[in-house]
Amino acid sequence: MADITFNDIIKPENLTYKKSKLMTDNVMHYCPGCGHGTAHNVLAEVLEEEGLQERTVGITPVGCSVLMYNYIDVDFQEAAHGRAPALATAVKRLMPDKFVFTYQGDGDLAAIGTAETIHTCNRGENILMLFINNGIYGMTGGQMAPTTLPGMKSSTSPYGRDVSMMGSPIKMADIVAMLPGTCYVTRQSVNTAAGVRKLKKALKKAVQYQNENRGTCFIEVVSNCPSGWKMTPVESNKWMEENMFPFYPLGDIKVPAE
Amino acid sequence: MEKELRLMKGNEAIAEAAIRAGADGYFGYPITPQSEILEYLMEANPQATTGMVVLQAESEVAAINMVYGGAACGKKVMTSSSSPGISLKQEGITYIAGAELPCLIVNVVRGGPGLGTIQPAQSDYFQATKGGGHGDYHLIVLAPASVQEMADFVELGFDLAFKYRNPAMILSDGAIGQMMEKVWLKPQKKRSEEILPWATTGKPATRERNIITSLDLDPERQERFNLKLIAKYREMEEKEVRFEEFMTEDAEYLFVAYGTSARLCQKALQLARAEGIKAGLLRPVTLFPFPKKRLNELADRVKGMLAVEMSAGQMVEDVMLSVNGKTRVSHYGRMGGMIPTPEEVVENLKSFIKG
Amino acid sequence: MAKIKGAVVVDREKCKGCEVCVVTCPTETLALATEVNSKGYHYSYAANPETCIGCSNCAVVCPDGVITVYKVKVG
Repeated sequence: MADITFNDIIKPENLTYKKSKLMTDNVMHYCPGCGHGTAHNVLAEVLEEEGLQERTVGITPVGCSVLMYNYIDVDFQEAAHGRAPALATAVKRLMPDKFVFTYQGDGDLAAIGTAETIHTCNRGENILMLFINNGIYGMTGGQMAPTTLPGMKSSTSPYGRDVSMMGSPIKMADIVAMLPGTCYVTRQSVNTAAGVRKLKKALKKAVQYQNENRGTCFIEVVSNCPSGWKMTPVESNKWMEENMFPFYPLGDIKVPAE
Repeated sequence: MEKELRLMKGNEAIAEAAIRAGADGYFGYPITPQSEILEYLMEANPQATTGMVVLQAESEVAAINMVYGGAACGKKVMTSSSSPGISLKQEGITYIAGAELPCLIVNVVRGGPGLGTIQPAQSDYFQATKGGGHGDYHLIVLAPASVQEMADFVELGFDLAFKYRNPAMILSDGAIGQMMEKVWLKPQKKRSEEILPWATTGKPATRERNIITSLDLDPERQERFNLKLIAKYREMEEKEVRFEEFMTEDAEYLFVAYGTSARLCQKALQLARAEGIKAGLLRPVTLFPFPKKRLNELADRVKGMLAVEMSAGQMVEDVMLSVNGKTRVSHYGRMGGMIPTPEEVVENLKSFIKG
Repeated sequence: MAKIKGAVVVDREKCKGCEVCVVTCPTETLALATEVNSKGYHYSYAANPETCIGCSNCAVVCPDGVITVYKVKVG
């Protein structure tokens, strides 16, 4: 049957992959190739597959993903810069039966919101914290982030990050893993299909742990910023693999005892 | 808990009243002179009785943003602090106002600027009534003058906040926060189980998703939203102005004072009358909305108004705007945590009369 | 011998032409078009549809969720 046609294949019964029903029809504002979109898609898939729409409250940050609430069809609160974990703390404590997640970039979570991040994890709030680390401030036009690599150029480190003057990049996942309040800390990526599938598994674990009231789940996604890094999307992913992954190695940092 | 008469500090009265009003959550950070509110709530442990959440946050900033998150769920949530801490909360307060969320914020004012003193002051009037953070907005501002009002204004503040979907503030001071008086406490109210239609409580199939945000990138829409807020504030000015008058019927000179200053002006009033000066007092209970109309009416009958405040002169500007040049207006105040004596106030009134 | 035949449908108007799907595809099915969509992006399309095995890798990594994948067993 080598002569099976395209139209024979694209029948509903043969459907293998389609974007989640929880993704709205709004075209995302992200730049071409940005990992935010992929992260949104996989999160929406998990929320859909776990039947969580009716009990999910998401908290969006200030940064590129501020408008995330336009893309995933769940209730959302839009926080001030860095404060998402504080909002999430109250939401979860006041409504413990809800599934609560925060979604933050590196400036939001690791610079202006460091105190909220650390203390939310330290209290072991039963929430999922999703951290998108692309080592740059994308929305404001490519300034240095707390996670910008040594020597990496940005509009506020035009000669490259000089660690003697600007400090070293901060490894938030490693820091929060030291706190007893976190139950699950992992670092993932979305640049390859295998990476996305691993992130999906990690998100499903985080759902399970939140249902079991195990403590804070912290998932870092090392991601790209083609516009901020001034590269094509494909180049940016390659650069990320060669430069970001050695500094921010992928994999589980802390897993709960069974 | 039944209705009950107790001797309490103002700060404790706020805490107990919050539990009894059926509050869902309190998020705070210690600062003098209001730490008793958090301490009282921690000891009372209402989570075990009414289910009210009490949490000591890592900062005032975190506390007000916890209030934001809780308010966005339609819950009755509050925070408290004193001046430097309230400055830190301004970021969260403007977001809460911009997202049109109800909540209660208590400011037990101390002297400033900066770290200032820990003694009572009224120097946060501008911050409380003119917005405080960035953008065009107002809080509903209640100014208690007794421990009883510290308790009563908790429920009133929540009621007004939910009625207008707007943050409400109790603007007290260190004197009323720390003083002990008899207070009638209301019986325990049940916490509300109502799910508000706009609240983020998880999206059922029966409605669109709820989004709580203060962001709108379209300037035309944002301006329409600003106009909507202004209409709300005008409605408050129509319906929610509260004040008290003392001996204004025949008054030739009017003290205008709130909170602690209003208490000592009541004494100053008696002293002035004993000396044959026909003095009266108007005490604004709501500082926003301000009793503009009533002051404008009284301006037709009096020879002058003296605003007495523990500040360099803040509310006096609203008195001037209210009377719009119809009568003489002046200010007398002490600062830095100093409280004027009634005698001082009378002396100042006399020199004001002389002109 | 049973064989898997796949097919991809790209929403050309929503595609931003980032090319991530193209380099992810293990069978070189996808390529960027020389033409552009109404936003000016060289959209992705199945340049070699006969090689598609329906693995979904392209759709999984697509940041904009514009790829739908089908597959069927043949033979």
